[in-house]
Amino acid sequence: MYEDWQRSKAQRAFTQTGEFMRRFNLDTQLVVGLGLVMAFGLFVLYSASGEKLALWEAQVARFALALGLMTLIAQIPPQWIRRGAPAVYVLGVIMLVLVALVGDTSLGAQRWLNLGIVRFQPSEIMKLAVPLTCAWWLHERPVPVSWRDIGVLLLIIGIPAALIAKQPDLGTAVLVASAGVFVLLLGGLSWQVIAGGGALFTAAAPVAWHFMHDYQRQRVLTFLDPTQDPLGTGYHIIQSQIAIGSGGVFGKGWMNGSQAQLEFLPEHSTDFIFAVIGEELGLLGQAVLLLLYAFVIGRALFMAMDARDTFGRLAAGSIALTFAVYVVVNAGMVSGILPVVGVPLPLVSYGGTSAVTLLAGFGILLSIHSHRKLVR
Amino acid sequence: MGRLRVKNNLLEQRIFTGRVTVAGAIVALLLFTILGRLFYLQVVQHDYYADLSQGNRIRIDPLPPDRGIIVDRRGTVLAENTPAYQLELTPEQVPNIRDTLTRLATLGLVNQDNLEPLYRLVRASHKFRAVPLRLSMSDEEISRFAVHQHAFPGVEIRARLARYYPLGALGVHALGYVGAITDADMEKIDRDAYAGTSVMGKVGVEAAFEDLLHGTSGYRQMLVNAEGRSVERVGGAQVAVQNKRPHAGSDLAVALDAKLQAVAEQALAGWRGAVVAMDPMTGDVLVLASTPGFDPNLFTRGISSRDYRALADSLDRPMFNRVLRGTYPPGSTIKPLMALAGLEYGVIDPNYARPCPGWFSLPRSSHRYRDWKKTGHGHADMRDAIATSCDVYFYALADLLGIKRIHESMTHLGFGVRTGIDIPGEKPGLMPSAEWKKKAYKRPQDQVWFPGETVIVGIGQGYLLATPLQLAHATAIIAAKGRNFRPRLLTGIRDPVSGHWQRIAPAEGERVRLNDEANWDVITEGMLRVTESNRGTAFGALRGTPYHVAGKTGTAQVFSIGQNQKYREADVAERLRDHALFVAFAPAEAPRLAIAVLVENGGHGASVAAPMARAIFDAYLLGKYPAPKAPAVAAAAADAPAAGQEPVGD
Repeated sequence: MYEDWQRSKAQRAFTQTGEFMRRFNLDTQLVVGLGLVMAFGLFVLYSASGEKLALWEAQVARFALALGLMTLIAQIPPQWIRRGAPAVYVLGVIMLVLVALVGDTSLGAQRWLNLGIVRFQPSEIMKLAVPLTCAWWLHERPVPVSWRDIGVLLLIIGIPAALIAKQPDLGTAVLVASAGVFVLLLGGLSWQVIAGGGALFTAAAPVAWHFMHDYQRQRVLTFLDPTQDPLGTGYHIIQSQIAIGSGGVFGKGWMNGSQAQLEFLPEHSTDFIFAVIGEELGLLGQAVLLLLYAFVIGRALFMAMDARDTFGRLAAGSIALTFAVYVVVNAGMVSGILPVVGVPLPLVSYGGTSAVTLLAGFGILLSIHSHRKLVR
Repeated sequence: MGRLRVKNNLLEQRIFTGRVTVAGAIVALLLFTILGRLFYLQVVQHDYYADLSQGNRIRIDPLPPDRGIIVDRRGTVLAENTPAYQLELTPEQVPNIRDTLTRLATLGLVNQDNLEPLYRLVRASHKFRAVPLRLSMSDEEISRFAVHQHAFPGVEIRARLARYYPLGALGVHALGYVGAITDADMEKIDRDAYAGTSVMGKVGVEAAFEDLLHGTSGYRQMLVNAEGRSVERVGGAQVAVQNKRPHAGSDLAVALDAKLQAVAEQALAGWRGAVVAMDPMTGDVLVLASTPGFDPNLFTRGISSRDYRALADSLDRPMFNRVLRGTYPPGSTIKPLMALAGLEYGVIDPNYARPCPGWFSLPRSSHRYRDWKKTGHGHADMRDAIATSCDVYFYALADLLGIKRIHESMTHLGFGVRTGIDIPGEKPGLMPSAEWKKKAYKRPQDQVWFPGETVIVGIGQGYLLATPLQLAHATAIIAAKGRNFRPRLLTGIRDPVSGHWQRIAPAEGERVRLNDEANWDVITEGMLRVTESNRGTAFGALRGTPYHVAGKTGTAQVFSIGQNQKYREADVAERLRDHALFVAFAPAEAPRLAIAVLVENGGHGASVAAPMARAIFDAYLLGKYPAPKAPAVAAAAADAPAAGQEPVGD
């Protein structure tokens, strides 16, 4: 009797949780996955930041804000998001132009727009506005995508990406562009066109080289041969690999990574935090984190497949894949198989507005998923 | 014609599912590639990288920035940096911190009493960074440590720059001082920017502009062997040693005039009191003196707990900043402001001469409010009432105005409100009102505002409390005919790189506007008569000055006298004697300096406070300086030995 009662109590708690999540349009699996990634991130950040509690608390506050925003967005019907997307996009482009004209310079790059109260980075908005606007454009149009639509989409992607690359912020430009391109790819671009585009892209590399800033070229060169410049740009890559390699399978232990704690490893609480995980928690720690990421990405892609209309599918798919790009680009650059671009490890790296943008994106995904039955 | 193009949801969904599957596969492939790379680094190449990371045993040698120096308005150096030897400990290299500290204490190198706070400080610090244990060591102590150095791995003596105040106690309450960073401070500061810095500003200018003065630490990375000795690496692993140069703090110019400050402190010597002098047209605080003071150099060397106790427990409270934090009844010094309120609200005609019998009573009350002059002042108009400081005139005026209007006008002149001076710790004083009393008291019978309480506010007594700074500020507003400059110390900042001085513009607040601007002249004329009419209360003290002084004396009761008692100064214990006050500005026609003087238990404003103001006016306006005497330093602090380390905080 008592055990039955106990079990039913547990069941009731479980179903109550489910109901609660459903009422707020949240997907239990995705939210739990994201929560685990964030918890892991906070655990590592405490050590990586050199036990600075203030910094850690700031991150907790940022997460709380981002989770709130995600829940809020999940309540908005996807049709509204679809109709609103082009307006946000246009506003974003205007702000990018403003930044180019009057923005504050931070770390040698003009990325911020000073709105008096907050300094604001319009390129963050574009990470969502670009794919949503692309999906909005394709929503009413049939497959396969016509040449005219391809042209329009490339314009939608190209304008902000070029403005952001000009700031210069290559990492964000890549993220914005790839988010838009994903919509094109998922939207049914024929394989021949994809292959042709790929060939064209490769051919365009020398042209891109011509337009790069010196430091961007330096990064590419250093990536190809880090030992060429051990004191300068190669320093990040060398130290990061030493950190990861010296960690071994089980790591040196939490808060015991000499590379990070001795400040050999630069930017150890921001872009290079993945190396701290490798040093202190070892291959095991990194594998666990990658597994959590894979779970989130997989769940998000599944939710995208479940969507009922074109906009929902494309937007959700692009948001899921952009998250994957964050993970792959950051982990790739930290472990030395991709060049160093300023892309944070999502929901783990300290600071930036990226956590807010990412969770806002997941909010859209949740909205699409939970409203799928109402959408015709 | 072309094919008919329509939406085909099923087809789209099929294509989409296909694409997502491919994308998912690619993502999985990429993640596996990364995992493979990690496996290569962490398993296959582990030994190689473990070796490299071991080779990375480095010591970070912090390079603290030079703290900005502070100069007065003439360029006299008030705070600078001089070399000193300090004892430092690097936690990572010390096997047993508690044991090490105990043994250092037995050698007499750190103070036995400070072991626990020191231990906490070390624990709160970065493992790889040196923590200062002693800020200043004598030659004898240095050699004593050198003999035992082998027994103390991770403990070293290093040459650093220490803060030095060449003028000693002069202006200490304006300048403040730096003291050792405590473990509580550690929570508040950016530990990276403060690496290697052992002191920070605690009060005054040093604390208010800590961010400007401090700068940012740099560091030098040194490769060290197992014993922590620096080694040069040749070839081998590509280990980079990084250096970062420190950024020096900015030099600051303050409004103080060290020579004038010395005149003020000399005049105040032997008294507990405060003098503020400011330029009414800029808000520049030229003199900010509070006596007794103390020598801030005690703190920069690491004050011992015994010295600190002596300062903190002294009955004369040398660490108490009377200018900013002392709140006193302003006494008769507020009479010109009361007169101004009377004129502004139109309750009184300045030319009407009121009889003064020597006492005042409210209607239907037998209580007699006494004048300071038992026989009264005969008939006095407003200007004469100010000049003779006729209490009866202002009792009556206060009654006519009522507390509400008094509160309103006095608040405009800065009473009960912080002046906003640019150093921390200022008190707002108290400008009472009926609403205030209702809030301040719990019992209903205490919450009622009585008319008699308004009457005594008229002569600056009762609940009314003001800081000397507020009195100087209000006087400056009269001098500037309503222009209202925020009192300030910081006047300039020098960029450490370019060496360029940036002048700070005076901060002008909202102008005090009158219905009739000529009313400023009425009260100024009254204040002129204080020093120039032979009936004026400060006639004697300021007789024969070649410049015109508009002033007002004040004598504030510390305790009240019974209705029929007589008050004989000699009978009253020194601590219960009246406070002496004097406020003034000069030259009256084109004011250059506004002064407030307060002498605790000084007796009479006219005989004690007014001559001090005259000494400052003489020096500033005529260049007449008195012969210098030894500056006032708290006796307890001066003769105590200057050994020790950790301040106990302020």
